[in-house]
Amino acid sequence: MARKRPPSRLWSLAGLALLLVLWEAGHRIWGPLVLPGLAETGVTLWHMIAEGRVAPALAQTAGNAGMGWVLGAATAMIAGTLAGLRPEAQRALQPVAVVLLGIPAIAWVVLALLWFGGRWAVVFTVAVATGPLVFAAAVAGVHSLDGGLVRMARAFRVPLGARLAHMHLPHMLGHVFPALATTLAMSWKVSVMAELLAGAGGIGDGLATARAHVDTAAMMAWVLVVVAVLVAVDLALLQPLQRRMVHWRDDGRGVGT
Amino acid sequence: MTEPLRLDGVDFAHDGRPVLRGLDLSLPAGTITALMGPSGCGKSTLIALAAGLLTPDAGRVARRCARLGIVFQDPALLPWKTALGNVGFALRGLGLGRAERRARARAMLDAVGLGPGDAGKYPRQLSGGMRQRVALARALAVAPDLLLCDEAFSALDAPVRAKLWQLLHELRARTGLTILFVTHDQDEAMEHADRLAIMAPGRIEQTASVDACISAFTSRMNAPVS
Ligand SMILES: Nc1ncnc2c1ncn2[C@@H]1O[C@H](COP(=O)(O)OP(=O)(O)OP(=O)(O)O)[C@@H](O)[C@H]1O
Ligand SMILES: [Mg+2]
Repeated sequence: MARKRPPSRLWSLAGLALLLVLWEAGHRIWGPLVLPGLAETGVTLWHMIAEGRVAPALAQTAGNAGMGWVLGAATAMIAGTLAGLRPEAQRALQPVAVVLLGIPAIAWVVLALLWFGGRWAVVFTVAVATGPLVFAAAVAGVHSLDGGLVRMARAFRVPLGARLAHMHLPHMLGHVFPALATTLAMSWKVSVMAELLAGAGGIGDGLATARAHVDTAAMMAWVLVVVAVLVAVDLALLQPLQRRMVHWRDDGRGVGT
Repeated sequence: MTEPLRLDGVDFAHDGRPVLRGLDLSLPAGTITALMGPSGCGKSTLIALAAGLLTPDAGRVARRCARLGIVFQDPALLPWKTALGNVGFALRGLGLGRAERRARARAMLDAVGLGPGDAGKYPRQLSGGMRQRVALARALAVAPDLLLCDEAFSALDAPVRAKLWQLLHELRARTGLTILFVTHDQDEAMEHADRLAIMAPGRIEQTASVDACISAFTSRMNAPVS
């Protein structure tokens, strides 16, 4: 696969500009109650930040999303590894994952609110919504490990711990990384949704309040905050990690097998 | 004499298809044996059985060695580790500390002709022959007393091969290392082995010392033509 020179960044800016133009056009057509203008949203966001409403909500959502994601991903990685190594475990866990995948996140929120209530309902919902995706990737990851490497490690009597840490885990991360990245973004969105119903703080709670006051500008401002965080995570975390992995990844530019 | 490796009447089938039938082979300590035979006759399978990676369906594989070094036909390097990291990975089996592992890996990579510049490269950044040398360095770094090499030098040019063989002969002289190596190169076998094991599909057809082969050959050449 020959790598083409990436097109200019200006294209991304053009796409964004188009989105903003459509937003402003929508505002002009349908009025501020349906879609507040760019300027109005910006001012509202500024006020919200100045009043100190954004930072704590952001921290809380980050905590909920992060905790849920870590819990879900870690459990799924362990379960997926087990399932990948033991066919019996896969037989047992696969249907569980399918069932969990089939339950809509909103149903989880409702149930979790009954079971836990408050922020733990949010954390639980995030974990259970993201876990099954990581599980599937982890199973595939274990299965795709080259048998030659496993035999090599056995022949040199490499202890199990070192095998897990230096052979299985890096291999898995290479495979699970896309699922981890997707679920990290998903954890934010699920977290906001769950917070909206839980009313226990966070961006979702802010959205709920804005909705109660029919404050569309505030709602758009919160949406902007969520999007900004997702973009920042992608630029600051996911893309550098991706580049690190490309370092050893055989991208077809190498020679031989 | 002790035998670091002995196979007695070994049967082995891959997915129900017999590959080895009643195979016998023994390696006297400190000898170098070349294993030769047509492609697909079961040489790599024999190596895997000898290393304990496969279990025979019948017969017995007896290994009496403290540390086994093995070079697979495919280099089997971890793609996410540098050459140095790959050699170090095998050394984890010896329970050495990190500094000791790195020092030994570095020294052995150096011995096979990979300097500090190459030691930091990932497998995809190395040539096929360099990867084979990393695999050899990994096998030698564990200070084996039994070394199994499956076409370890197939991608290397003559001068590099000669240098690596010199290293192996030195190691044997110093440590009494026993070597079994698979090769398709008759000259390499005659030059470096003490014994030849010729394989036919599924079994060892003949084992003989290289000296006996050479004298048989020369006596035949010198026999009076009547
Ligand atoms: N994993 C496997 N599953 C099924 N059959 C196998 C497997 N590995 C090898 N075989 C079969 O076993 C036979 C012996 O294979 P082996 O790799 O031992 O041959 P070899 O003598 O090493 O050949 P070469 O010189 O080409 O490396 C072949 O017929 C091959 O098709
Ligand atoms: Mg072979």
